Amino acid sequence: MTSNHSLSAERLTLGYGERTVIESLDLAVPPGRITAIVGANACGKSTLLRSMSRLLAPREGRVVLDGKEVHRLPAKQLARTLGLLPQSPIAPEGITVADLVGRGRHPHQSVFSRWNDQDDAAVDSALEATRTTELADRSVDELSGGQRQRVWIAMALAQQTDLLLLDEPTTFLDASHQIEVLDLLTDLNQARGTTIVMVLHDLNLAARYADHLIALAEGRLHAAGTPEEVLTCENVRAVFGLDSRVIEDPVSLRPLMLPIGRHHVVPPRDAPARTGVAREAGR
Amino acid sequence: MTRTETRRPPYTAPARRTAGTRALWLLIGLLLLAAVMAASLAFGSRDVGWSDVWSALGGADASLEQAAVTKRVPRTVLAVVIGAALGLSGCVMQGVTRNPLADPGILGVNMGASLAVVTAVAFFGLSSPTGYVWVAIAGAALSALFVYTVGSLGRGGATPLKLALAGAATSAAFASLVSAVVLPRNDIAGSFRLWQIGGVGGASFDRIGQVLPFLLVGFAVCLLSGRALNSLALGDELAAGLGERVAFVRALAALGAVLLCGAATAVAGPIAFVGLVVPHTCRLLVGVDHRWLLPFSALLGASLLTAADVVGRVVARPSEIDVGILTALIGAPFFIYIVRRQKVRAL
Amino acid sequence: MSVPLVTRPPSTGSAAGRARRISRRRLVVLTLAVLVVAALAGTLMFGQTFYPPRDVIRVILGEQVPGASFTVGRLRLPRAVLAAAAGFSFGLAGVTFQTMLRNPLASPDIIGISSGASAVAAMAIVTLSLGRTEVSVFAVVAGLAVALLVYTLAFRDGVVGTRLILIGIGISAMLDSVTSYVLSQAAEWDLQEAMRWLTGSLNGADWDQALPTLAALAVLTPVLLARSRDLSAMQLGDDTASALGVRVERTRITVIVAAVGLIAVATAAAGPIAFVAFLSGPIAARVVGPGGSPLVPAGLVGSLLVLVADFCGQFAFGARYPVGVVTGVLGAPYLVYLIIRTNRTGGSL
Repeated sequence: MTSNHSLSAERLTLGYGERTVIESLDLAVPPGRITAIVGANACGKSTLLRSMSRLLAPREGRVVLDGKEVHRLPAKQLARTLGLLPQSPIAPEGITVADLVGRGRHPHQSVFSRWNDQDDAAVDSALEATRTTELADRSVDELSGGQRQRVWIAMALAQQTDLLLLDEPTTFLDASHQIEVLDLLTDLNQARGTTIVMVLHDLNLAARYADHLIALAEGRLHAAGTPEEVLTCENVRAVFGLDSRVIEDPVSLRPLMLPIGRHHVVPPRDAPARTGVAREAGR
Repeated sequence: MTRTETRRPPYTAPARRTAGTRALWLLIGLLLLAAVMAASLAFGSRDVGWSDVWSALGGADASLEQAAVTKRVPRTVLAVVIGAALGLSGCVMQGVTRNPLADPGILGVNMGASLAVVTAVAFFGLSSPTGYVWVAIAGAALSALFVYTVGSLGRGGATPLKLALAGAATSAAFASLVSAVVLPRNDIAGSFRLWQIGGVGGASFDRIGQVLPFLLVGFAVCLLSGRALNSLALGDELAAGLGERVAFVRALAALGAVLLCGAATAVAGPIAFVGLVVPHTCRLLVGVDHRWLLPFSALLGASLLTAADVVGRVVARPSEIDVGILTALIGAPFFIYIVRRQKVRAL
Repeated sequence: MSVPLVTRPPSTGSAAGRARRISRRRLVVLTLAVLVVAALAGTLMFGQTFYPPRDVIRVILGEQVPGASFTVGRLRLPRAVLAAAAGFSFGLAGVTFQTMLRNPLASPDIIGISSGASAVAAMAIVTLSLGRTEVSVFAVVAGLAVALLVYTLAFRDGVVGTRLILIGIGISAMLDSVTSYVLSQAAEWDLQEAMRWLTGSLNGADWDQALPTLAALAVLTPVLLARSRDLSAMQLGDDTASALGVRVERTRITVIVAAVGLIAVATAAAGPIAFVAFLSGPIAARVVGPGGSPLVPAGLVGSLLVLVADFCGQFAFGARYPVGVVTGVLGAPYLVYLIIRTNRTGGSL
């Protein structure tokens, strides 16, 4: 089963107080795929994600889910279709993993409904999918960073939404845990067809794991498309103001960006023939 | 950007520019203090002409007016001394804790002094005024130490929120202990309540004399700690790297601050928010160099408290509003302003 | 663990653990309720004179019993009912604030709401010499006004708990100084009255005070309980709660109004009984264990605290202490301990 919910933004303008962060932005999230939003610091990535999940009301324009404006949908109804994992969620002191994951069932419950088998099944499968079943009775406080992030993802999974938005799910994690989290999200996408949208800091990880890249620069959509289309040295220069070379990652055969700083760069004549520019020209 | 370039900015233009400004502000501050002192002598429940003020200062007390002025002299002196002590001690506390919300009242120091005094009066038969001072200072020091320790436990050290909460909670805890001691004792309830509000109304040179030694030591220690506070402002590691004995200077400066506010509390009761408002205002005027900031805080604190006292005498004629109440009414909105201005993360 | 409590044995963790916690929660709530009833019964029977349960029950049923009808019916019963109701109000409202602001120190007695009600009530008693009912009305209005003020001042791109707490501390410092001023102007008799009231006292409690408190409980408790799931979602942070379908601002406003209503009515009737709002939540959370909603247990703990503290204050010591002094002396060390513990474990301060 592949989710076929369509999520898109139309002429979206966002800001806080006086400050405008995103201006007149149009984009569409491809259903059933993994989308990564990339861009320089403070270019509005998280703001965009917050707005897509109804946390931030747009100044102008709208976010549309299946033809309906997100900010007009009832909160719980939206939360059954679209989940969000914010960058720094708060775990109440002493809460156990199972209870925290159980909190993800909130949109499926009403004032009078009781916790039922379906809720248990959802929590169990979320724990299983994130391989946190054996942590279920542990207190969240005692977990390592990687385990804790898996537990938060489990909470978002227990919400059982077809769309999942994540704000920098790999920050504060070391290399192996970053890969673990991204693999987990990919599993989820392949097994359940969940549409995933995440903000990622690391361009190369974004290019490796995402089917679709969205590059923002100064509050505007700079480029969107497959990693090969988006991750080019021109775009890297335009978005990050950084010189680079883009090669094919021998591990994944996706594009890999190599930054060019002022130091530790071999003179051009020694460089291998296949430079980013050549690659661009070849396409 | 090479290393030599990055080092330069802090030392250039701004420092030189404010040297003239600071001198100007100092002059204005002195004039302001003189003006409020004069007002403090002249205004009150009975208005007095300037000629009477002059002759009273010369020693005359023939007329009612002159007698009134003579009574106002110690009160004015006390307001000036207490105000200076509170302003200075607030400034040092903010420097020592690197915390914009530090203030003797907010940190629960005042309630600590109250609890100590009340306990000593109720259970140990304390009645000598000098004894009040010692007990109040001890109480202030203990509760300052306690609040700071509690507030700095755990992640992130003593953040403004943690300190303010620890202070508020400790104050609340002490306050209820104080009422537990006072409530069944009708004999001390009345005088305690008057003392607890904070005022300079009952001033006499005798009472000032009792706390003067403490205040003098406190003033000396605090005013001399400017350089140390400047390095502490850069963070403990950096201060240590600059050759400062961090723990020692911090303890010494804090001791000076506690002496000042403990002695002030002993003689005038708890007066909140002067120590908060004054250093912040001074920072706007003379910048963040503690060598200027400290004396300036003392000067402005003196002016503020004296002015508050005058206003309290004038607005509620024939009765009076104690300074402690007025400073809270002025100070709390200021406190809220600072809180609102802070970034959330910094809290 | 080894005993399959639920139909799905492989789920070693979640389902079994949850079932275990739910049954524990039920047991705890039941025990607390029994204790509250026992304390109520105790305060009705014991005192200067002892009345057997039979007499007490007859009085409650409306029969005339010589002696007991007055002592139990007119003195002890309203006092006990007020103690239980006010305690429940403080406990429930306190834990609501603590949960919503994710901070055990963010109880109404620390963020200024009690101070607002107190300042205005002191003014009403001392300056305007008003009667009980008017004092209550004034206190409720003041409590709501202060809550509104603190909330408005804390509002900047939404409300952040930490900012709200600090602003509450500032406001309460200001209000406390107003209270001090009012009291300093008081005549001798009023001063005693006002001071007792300010510590929280059930002296002279009658049905005029107990009934409004009960009525407020009856109306506002369901409102808060209906929001308890939203509140536990909000413990995960506003963003997460929103993502789970909670309308954060709306929930917050509903909950604040209901909780302030409880606090203010109870404060008007019994004074700001020190630390009950603050203590009940953490104690309840400790007994119930993490995870479950602490609302009802906290209310019960509050009732129990006030009932027991009032009884001790009347009879355990040589002098008669108002209930607030007893809870204050009990609460102060716990408060300090709580700050130390929360700070040391790197908690949510």
